[in-house]
Amino acid sequence: MTTPVIGDPPLLEVRDLQVEFRTREGIARAVNGANYTLHSGETLAVLGESGSGKSVTAQAIMGILDTPPGFVTGGEVLFKGDDLLKMSDEERRALRGESIAMVFQDALSSLNPVFPVGWQIAELFRIHRGMSRRDAMKEALEALERVNIPAAKDRIGDYPHQFSGGMRQRVMIAMAIALRPDLLIADEPTTALDVTVQAQILELMADLQREENMGLILITHDLGVVAEVADKVAVMYAGRIVEQASIEEMFDSPAHPYTVGLMDSIPSLEARAGELKAIKGLPPSLVALPPGCPFEPRCPLAFDLCRQVVPPPIVVGPGRESRCHIAEEVRDGKR
Amino acid sequence: MGAYTLRRILQMIPVVLGTTFLIYTLVWALPTDPFAGRCGERPCPQAYVQLMTEKFNLDDPLPWAYLQWLGGLFTGNLGETYTGLLVWDQVASAFPNTLKLATVAIMFEIVVGITAGVFAGLNRGRFIDNLVLLSTLALISIPVFVLGTTLQYLLGIQFPIFSPTVPPGAPWSSLILPGFVLGALSMAYVARLVRSSILENMRSDYVRTATAKGLARRRVIGLHVMRNSLIPVVTFIGADFGALMAGAIITEGIFNINGVGNLVYRGILNQEGALVTSVVTLFVLIFLVVNLIVDLLYGFLDPRIRYE
Repeated sequence: MTTPVIGDPPLLEVRDLQVEFRTREGIARAVNGANYTLHSGETLAVLGESGSGKSVTAQAIMGILDTPPGFVTGGEVLFKGDDLLKMSDEERRALRGESIAMVFQDALSSLNPVFPVGWQIAELFRIHRGMSRRDAMKEALEALERVNIPAAKDRIGDYPHQFSGGMRQRVMIAMAIALRPDLLIADEPTTALDVTVQAQILELMADLQREENMGLILITHDLGVVAEVADKVAVMYAGRIVEQASIEEMFDSPAHPYTVGLMDSIPSLEARAGELKAIKGLPPSLVALPPGCPFEPRCPLAFDLCRQVVPPPIVVGPGRESRCHIAEEVRDGKR
Repeated sequence: MGAYTLRRILQMIPVVLGTTFLIYTLVWALPTDPFAGRCGERPCPQAYVQLMTEKFNLDDPLPWAYLQWLGGLFTGNLGETYTGLLVWDQVASAFPNTLKLATVAIMFEIVVGITAGVFAGLNRGRFIDNLVLLSTLALISIPVFVLGTTLQYLLGIQFPIFSPTVPPGAPWSSLILPGFVLGALSMAYVARLVRSSILENMRSDYVRTATAKGLARRRVIGLHVMRNSLIPVVTFIGADFGALMAGAIITEGIFNINGVGNLVYRGILNQEGALVTSVVTLFVLIFLVVNLIVDLLYGFLDPRIRYE
């Protein structure tokens, strides 16, 4: 990890990002003020359950939100100091794939079924770099070799369905890193894979990140994945980042009751006979968020204030924040 | 794929034998006298009846008569009509007209149908989408003989933009209106198929990937979405080509086109067994060949299809 130079803008800074989905049932507030910062060479894990807004945040950064129904209604996304949300469509398009790239969860459906994988990677070089078909294919081959696809030369003309799940995800990664982007967003890259392949893919991404000194945002709901590769963690709940901490801090002394619940839900070998510990209840509807803390209905520590006031971000350490009224007490394990 | 094609061609043999036998049986086993009314007011002379009975093997058991006819088919002899015209000549003069008519109809399906479907699909819920949905619904609801005669009257007679009937030789310009009438129903289906296919593909994950690659919307839709959306459309239109050739009876009747549909219609009216069996056999062969081509084309368009 490289230390950022003082005064240099961070690679990515998300400030108070707001995203809503205008649906027939009402306005679903999918992201309600997300903040995070990422430097080159850093890995940020964004952790949260389905519907917590982690993927939507990424799509808003990437500029691939489905509009309508999704709209960015506020905030800033500063990429190397420039606000992506203020750029023209054309400027943003030029950055996509070139400087910011994304890996999706299900490589089978995310790759176009009717084009060979080599062609799909080569397309990036042809569009962004204006290369000829032949040169672009050479680059595509190199990209496939970088992600360790065996006999890449023979497989460059194969179609996505001809690859195994793990190899397909490697193709997806090869496509994302083909133009050597500064920022890679991986949206649950290992969720659809079996465990041994998961480890290989994570290792590959960590290696590539080191080589290229990329910033990596890893969206996941898998705490094991987080522990393996992340430098810091942002925990999302109901469209807000409820806790941000370094990976050690989060595992050692979580400062939000939701994070505590997540940690407790990891099954341990000693407690094998007992029941699995789950956080009771369901997240609130994004169409009708409660006036107070969104986690309050499920929180074992909730008190009156929680029902009335949304907790502001409270600094609980260097670079550490928690959106809980009693964050410090939770962190120190006093409650 | 070669082995698959060969197997499909071999499979055609029993299909051709079965269908032709059925056709032959149905045409010749009719319990009516094929010579009633053939000689004007009087019954036909015995000598004529005997001659014809022999010529068309009418006294032979049906399977034997069928085999003799089949043998003739393989040697290129489709037989004669009662009046002594060669069936082959009749088909040869009618077939090109039907082929031209079907081609015009297919062009309408491709050009108008696909264009309308694309515009509707890309503008879901807007005016153009509703317009396409409504007009295709109307086309699907109107029977072809109503559409044909109405357009013939309106655009051929009342406002004579097109020729109301097709002169011998069927020049292309005279086939525009009949081609539209013949293709209208399938054109409406094509538009709806394209529309729903585009809507479905626009929601696909690979579209999001293509956008994330920094491709312009034009390329995402024009190349990535279209290439996938048109797979079912191409196969539909291909299969429809076979159906249009055989299904042009009404349109050919309305516009007085000397095509195979008209030929088979007259053959049925006059109980010309040899003519009807030959033309219907031709329809069967066209259907089989077109379907094979479409199946092979499908695999070419969609690499996920495997031939085993």
